[in-house]
Amino acid sequence: MDESRRRFLKIIGLSTLGLSGTAVVEAFAADKADRYLSYEQAFAGKKWAMVIDLSKAAQACDGCRNCIDACHRIHNVPDMDLPKNEVKWIWKDNFEHAFPAQTHHYLEQNYQGRPSIVLCNHCDNPPCVRVCPTKATFKRADGIVAMDYHRCIGCRYCMSACPYGSRSLNWRDPREFLNETNKEFPTRTRGVVEKCNFCVERLAQGLMPACVAACKEGVLSFGDLNDPASDVSALLSKHHTIRRKPHLGTQPRIYYIV
Amino acid sequence: MLEKALKGSKGYAFWIVALLAIIVIGGIFYLQQLSYGLGLTGMSRDVSWGLYIAQFTFLVGIAASAVMLVLPYYLHDHKAFGRITILGEFLAVAAIIMCISFVIVDLGRPDRVFNLLLHPTPNSILFWDMVVLSGYFLLNIVIGWVVLNAERNEVPPPGWVKPLIYLSIPWAVSIHTVTAFLISGMAGRGFWNTAIMAPRFLASAFASGPALLILFAYVIRRFAGFDAGRQAIQSLAKIVTYAMVISLFFLGCEFFTVFYTQIPDHMNHFIYLYRGIGDGSNLVPFAWLSGITGILATILLLVPKTRNNPKILGAACILVFLSLWIEKGFALIIAGFIPSPMKKIMEYAPSGVEIMITLGVWALGLLILTLLYKIAISVKQELEL
Repeated sequence: MDESRRRFLKIIGLSTLGLSGTAVVEAFAADKADRYLSYEQAFAGKKWAMVIDLSKAAQACDGCRNCIDACHRIHNVPDMDLPKNEVKWIWKDNFEHAFPAQTHHYLEQNYQGRPSIVLCNHCDNPPCVRVCPTKATFKRADGIVAMDYHRCIGCRYCMSACPYGSRSLNWRDPREFLNETNKEFPTRTRGVVEKCNFCVERLAQGLMPACVAACKEGVLSFGDLNDPASDVSALLSKHHTIRRKPHLGTQPRIYYIV
Repeated sequence: MLEKALKGSKGYAFWIVALLAIIVIGGIFYLQQLSYGLGLTGMSRDVSWGLYIAQFTFLVGIAASAVMLVLPYYLHDHKAFGRITILGEFLAVAAIIMCISFVIVDLGRPDRVFNLLLHPTPNSILFWDMVVLSGYFLLNIVIGWVVLNAERNEVPPPGWVKPLIYLSIPWAVSIHTVTAFLISGMAGRGFWNTAIMAPRFLASAFASGPALLILFAYVIRRFAGFDAGRQAIQSLAKIVTYAMVISLFFLGCEFFTVFYTQIPDHMNHFIYLYRGIGDGSNLVPFAWLSGITGILATILLLVPKTRNNPKILGAACILVFLSLWIEKGFALIIAGFIPSPMKKIMEYAPSGVEIMITLGVWALGLLILTLLYKIAISVKQELEL
């Protein structure tokens, strides 16, 4: 190898090393965001949570898809062709599937196969946030586990880490599977992960999440756990509630009345 | 030295062209996957990682196994490995390129892969995997190349390369440990959530990698007339034997813990894998094939008479590779997703496109390996003339 080529390769090699080195340094210097003065009416300090009343679900949820349709319509969630490509933010499953550890042979007859509404639990200790390699999914100060669809690389590590199956990848271009598009919410591209966002965009306008607003039967309640007068605080103080897979330490913020 | 890769026999040229053809075909299928989306694969909402990530996991092990040559040669002065240590290092280089390729073909948005560097996130194990894999790649290509170049010039290798060689030893352990942490660090996946995952990975890697090297040594002797030496092969065979026994022992530990405690979240995956649940039994024949070939190979390796017979040793190495390829390159990843967190049995089988892309990446790895081996062997053969 002649001398100039050797020198060129050395420079290239060293600059590559240097580049990856800065990434490591930056990684530890990061997390300096949120250093803004907060706006007085900002959500900081709020702890959003949802209470789902399964005792009402047997009658109310039978054949009803209001919450699901409302959510999927305003968030441009596509209706995919094949089950394997399915994208869903909120859906209905059996009690036994939503709460595998709470199921037993002598489960009250009327709880067997009871429809249970499931969605992202907006965990206080979210495993999806822990594993995401680009901070595309992150926890906001108000407890909402949110996503940046423009940063997601589609590695699906979050889908593996979520113990609730709450996340979907766009296995195909979702825009081909939308009947109508809500122009006020972004559509996604193929190859990114998405999930329930607790309607951050509606909360910012002082509106209840779409699923809660759509539920006429009072199965879904939403509010601030920090506010003792909120619906959710009142329900939690009156009823015995359970959460999905509490033994995993994720601290879900969706509570179920049984 | 690079020019040595360009000159070769007709057979060599044919092999290179054949590999290039497979790479191009794989590339065409990859373009198709890029434009349509990952929906072209067999993966689904429930089984969200498949053949690609499984191949990645397996190949990190192949890469890490270079340490099984480096450590005895440089730390214990095991001279028999002098002729083939470079083959281990170059195998690591090719394997890492395959690993990175498999991660990239698995990404939903490969155009954003540099977000890993733009938004580095130390709490993600994937970040650390990127760090250790790229570091290991650099270590092996630099060490291999510098040592080979020194050998060609008949001078001792420069002093600065020694610390790098020592560093590469724990670094090899780190790449497979971090890759194991990638899957063991998830509370919701009982199949993977075991502290023994990293040791298990290392044991199976130190069996499959050296087994592959023995097979490569046979191929090289046949086609390039370069003999690794009986003693080197026999040392490698002993390494494969020990690693295979430890690997089976670790698997046994998993079986005991899972079936004695009978925690459903952990046990159901094993039941799915070895017996099937309901109609879902896609993986059962593979799981048993892996188990049987693994045990058979271990017996052939344990008995000195069969291990010392080069033909039987070759067959045992094929069995080791097959057994561990099925276990780590397929079943271990897939069965972690079945049943799903909602207890659904959604089965997985790779699609044709997925298989073609996988073959393309393997061809790419083999091409790089062939070129590197050609250079290394040409240098060594020139010196011996």
